[in-house]
Amino acid sequence: MSETIQLKNTELLDEVQRRSGTPVSACFQCHKCSTGCPTGPEMDYLSSQVMRLVQLGEEEEVLQSRAIWLCASCEACTTRCPMGIDVAGVMDTLRMLAVERKVTIGEKRPEKFNRSFLGSVRRHGRVFEFGMLAAYKLRSGDLLGDVGKFPKMLSKGKISLLPKRSGDARRVKRIFRRAEEEDQKR
Amino acid sequence: MKYAYYPGCSLESTAWDFDRSTRAVCRALGIELEEIPDWVCCGSTPAHATNVLLSVALPVVNLQKARAMGAPVMTACASCYSRLRTANHKVRNEPDQRAQVERITEAAYDGGVAVHHVLDVLVNHLGPEEIRRKLTRRLTGLRAASYYGCLLTRPPEIVAFDNPEHPACMDDLVAATGAEPVEWPYKTECCGAGLSMTRSEVVGRLSHKLLSMAHRAGARCIVVACPLCQVNLDLRQADARKAHGDLPEMPVLYITQLLGLAMGLSPDELGLGALTVSAGALLSEIPPATASSVEETS
Repeated sequence: MSETIQLKNTELLDEVQRRSGTPVSACFQCHKCSTGCPTGPEMDYLSSQVMRLVQLGEEEEVLQSRAIWLCASCEACTTRCPMGIDVAGVMDTLRMLAVERKVTIGEKRPEKFNRSFLGSVRRHGRVFEFGMLAAYKLRSGDLLGDVGKFPKMLSKGKISLLPKRSGDARRVKRIFRRAEEEDQKR
Repeated sequence: MKYAYYPGCSLESTAWDFDRSTRAVCRALGIELEEIPDWVCCGSTPAHATNVLLSVALPVVNLQKARAMGAPVMTACASCYSRLRTANHKVRNEPDQRAQVERITEAAYDGGVAVHHVLDVLVNHLGPEEIRRKLTRRLTGLRAASYYGCLLTRPPEIVAFDNPEHPACMDDLVAATGAEPVEWPYKTECCGAGLSMTRSEVVGRLSHKLLSMAHRAGARCIVVACPLCQVNLDLRQADARKAHGDLPEMPVLYITQLLGLAMGLSPDELGLGALTVSAGALLSEIPPATASSVEETS
C-alpha cells in the first residue's frame, strides 16, 4: 500500500533551491549530515529533518527553528552529502529568509551576534572586537557572559580598547549599502 | 617566494600570536610576506549567513588589492582562507555574481588570484624536507595532536590541499620538528566555531570532547592552525573542564609557534605569552639545542 504525501506547495523548496543553488529536492533522508553534525544534540530538528521540512514546504516550522541558527557552518554535512547538497549553504539561505520574512527567530543570540559583527565591519572596515562585543551584549542582554575573561584578554593583548581601522573603511561602507540595496530588489 | 599577506581581524586581536609567529617563521624560512595595504574584513560567518553578495564582495576587495601587488595571497586564519577561496569559486563559476560584485566593488575581478593557507605554503610550496634543514632544535619527546578543525579541509571543492576526512600535512610538520604526532580520530571534528560567544556551553561540550580525546591518545599538547579553534580550546578550556570533568591542562599552540621553537626562535618572538594555558612547563621538558641534535636533524 502506498501513501501519497501532499506537499503544501513548492514555493519554499523552489526559493531555497534557487537562492542556495543546491538541489534540496534530491535529499532522500540518509541522515549522513545529521550523524556528523557537531551541534545536532542541541538542535530541535536535525539537518536531514530541516531538508525534509523544506521539501514539504513547512515554512513556518523551518524558518522558526532553532536548528538553522545552531549550525556552526563547519561544512561536514556539505562535504559528506552523497547527493551533493550544500546543506550548510541551505542553512544560510534559511537564516536569510527567516530575517527577511520577519518570523520569530528560534535562536536569537546568533542573529544578534551577526548584526553586531557586521555593524563593526561596516563602521571600521575591520572587526573592532571590544566595540562589537559591547554592541552584542546590549542587543542580547547577555551582559555578564565572559566578562570575567576580559581582564586577562586585555593584559595578554588579545583585545584592544581602540579600533584598528582599515584605510579603506569608506569603500566598505559603500559596499554594505549597495549589497543591501541589491538584496532588497529581490 | 613572495606572498600578499592577509592577516585578517583575529590576527590583530585574539590571535596576535598567530600573526607574530607566522611572520617570524616565514622570515626565517625566506618566505617574503607583504601585507595587503588597507585590507578589509572578509565578513566571516556573519556575512555568509546574512547577505550572499556582501560575503563575496568583501573578500574580493582584498583579492583585487592582491592582484595589483602581483603576488599570490597567503593567509593564516582558516575562516578568512575559506571565505577568500569561496569568493574566488563563486566569481569564477557564477557570471551573474561576478557582474554584481564588480559593480558594487567598483572594480574588475576574474577570480584568478591564488589563495593559500600558511600550512599549504609550508608543506606544499616549501616542503617538510626544506623546513627540516632550517631547524636547530629537535622537540624530542613532545607528543602533539594535530587539530585541523572544519574549514582548512572543507569543503574539498573549495579548499583541497589535504584530505578532508584524514588530513596529514600538519602531522608531517610536527614530525619534522622531532616531536611525535599522535594518531587520534577528531582531527577534523568541529569545536563549535562561531557559536563561541553566543552558545559558549555548546563550545564547552565540543572542546571538552576534543581535549579529552587528545589526552586519551597520549598528547601533551594540541597544535592548531585556526584562531577560532585556538580560542575555543585554550581560552575556554577551564570552563570546559569545570562543566564536563577534570582533565590535565593541555596547551594549545599554533603550528607556527611549534615550528618557531624548533627553529630556535624565542618564546617572545613567537608570542607564547599569549597562551591562556601556559606551555612553559611542557616546553621545559624538551632537551635544549645541542650540536648533536642539529646534526641529527640534518
